[in-house]
Amino acid sequence: MKDYLDFEKPIRDLEERIEKLVGASTGRASAQDEIRKLKAKLAQTETELYASLSPWQRTQIARHAQRPSIQDYINAFCRDFLELHGDRAFADDQAILGGLATFGGRSVMVIGHQKGKTLKERMLRNFGMPNPEGYRKALRLMKLAEKFDRPILTFIDTPGAYPGIGAEERGQAEAIARNLLVMARLRVPMLSVVIGEGGSGGALALGVTDRVLMLEHSVYSVISPEGCAAILWDNPAKAPDAAAALKMTASDLATLKIIDEIIPEPIGGAHRDPQAMAERVAKALTTHLSQLEELLAEELLTQRDQKYRQMGVFTDPPPPVS
Amino acid sequence: MAWFKKESTPSAEPTKRPKVVEGMWLKCSHCREIVYRKEVDRNNKVCPKCEYHFPISVTERIALLTDLGTFREWDADLAPQDPLGFSDSRAYPERLKAQQDKTGRKDALVTGEGAINGRRLVLAVFDFSFMGGSMGSVVGEKLCRAIEHAITMRLPVVLVCTSGGARMQEGILSLMQMAKTSAAVARLGEARLPFITILADPTFGGVTASVAMLGDVIIAEPKALIGFAGPRVIEQTIKQQLPDEFQRAEFLLEHGIVDMIVERRRLKETVGSLLGHL
Ligand SMILES: [Zn+2]
Repeated sequence: MKDYLDFEKPIRDLEERIEKLVGASTGRASAQDEIRKLKAKLAQTETELYASLSPWQRTQIARHAQRPSIQDYINAFCRDFLELHGDRAFADDQAILGGLATFGGRSVMVIGHQKGKTLKERMLRNFGMPNPEGYRKALRLMKLAEKFDRPILTFIDTPGAYPGIGAEERGQAEAIARNLLVMARLRVPMLSVVIGEGGSGGALALGVTDRVLMLEHSVYSVISPEGCAAILWDNPAKAPDAAAALKMTASDLATLKIIDEIIPEPIGGAHRDPQAMAERVAKALTTHLSQLEELLAEELLTQRDQKYRQMGVFTDPPPPVS
Repeated sequence: MAWFKKESTPSAEPTKRPKVVEGMWLKCSHCREIVYRKEVDRNNKVCPKCEYHFPISVTERIALLTDLGTFREWDADLAPQDPLGFSDSRAYPERLKAQQDKTGRKDALVTGEGAINGRRLVLAVFDFSFMGGSMGSVVGEKLCRAIEHAITMRLPVVLVCTSGGARMQEGILSLMQMAKTSAAVARLGEARLPFITILADPTFGGVTASVAMLGDVIIAEPKALIGFAGPRVIEQTIKQQLPDEFQRAEFLLEHGIVDMIVERRRLKETVGSLLGHL
């Protein structure tokens, strides 16, 4: 049983009609004909629907409970994954998963948010919202990768850093800030993929990398649409408007020159065909990683510096003629 | 990221923040006592009853920190655009225009060069009265340029923060200013130049989670509210009311997050002494 979103009702209806006909089919030519027609209509409906998704609909796909997670990608294209735990100071934050693995014949450090799929797992992983120790674990693993000259792959999928008392007490802001600072200067190739939800600073804390890729229906934003709607519209129900206003889709971010590549998703989203999705992600990672591996550490740092240095849109008036 | 409650939402209602109003008396937003305005003014805008440090303007802050007449502003004409075509109840360019008219500034950060007790330094000060001191492209760019000047001239950098966080109206570009400014601080550090941050009331969101927390030394003003998530967001998450001390400077000191709390009247002297060591 597929898990449909509200706006996917036309597709669900068509699929149900086809199923019913197939089930009742006696092999009569007229029934076969009807099935063929419905399948053609389904294909057309899907093409149209997914080609014209609103930013809010994309957000829902990005947050889909069955959306492939970092663990799914590791299982699909990494070998010998060895999970490493803890920040060596406070705890092992289950909202962030990290460890060593083999990818395309080389050792890499893989780090990412993990939301969990079942309710039980979601609770355990705090719905992918890390506490400071999660970011500090990630930082420890990134430094370990640098020490042994291993590339770093990060997978971003979080509603944001956890807003809790303990998180504030233990320096949530400092943990994020430290990652931004250190990631800017790590002397190994770094790649990130926004595989689901890129929620604000909590996402960026794993996202200051040489190349940033996004899945077609992923979103990445300074604030959640709900949070933005609550503040600027004074009405969380305006989240769909906020999602559009925030320009948070993969194509928006490509237009704003924030990301380097959009990885197309199977029709209906990554969760409809995780295997096909994983193959595309692996291919994109391989391409970018091979390019980065050609560079000397100094070149890598210079390029990374320039990448972030030029982000921003403003008017710079020429100095007055004297 | 600007997790502020509606009442104090910089972008929506910047004027509703506790502030020094016209008239002979004012009500302290911390202890709620009615205090004599002149006494507060004479006391560096510090409440005589509870030592709460009222927000001060950028001009007052520069006067407080630097030697008289030494400050020269940079990049004052760097102006924001509307890259997203953002509009909520009001279009972003209109909002900007209103804020620019109100403050006489193009955006929410003032940068420049000055001196503390004769020692030259680069100073950057957030302007909370401009859209809640929120960080968008202009703030990020000006701060980067200021840091780069500091590297070229081998000067220390002092940053005074008071901000609601990243500016929603510039979306992802605002988020990226966190990476951009943090990278500049990293380069400043590699050049072994001091970076001192002074956190005033309030400092939140993407500004705390980037430059504010990256100071070699982090100073907080007494009772300043400083945090990542805004109190309302945390209250909604944990479904409890937060105690008044939560996220105040004293709370941060106790939890090892800031180096020191410095009263305003000793701020310049303290920064001067620190720079003497660094
Ligand atoms: Zn008071």
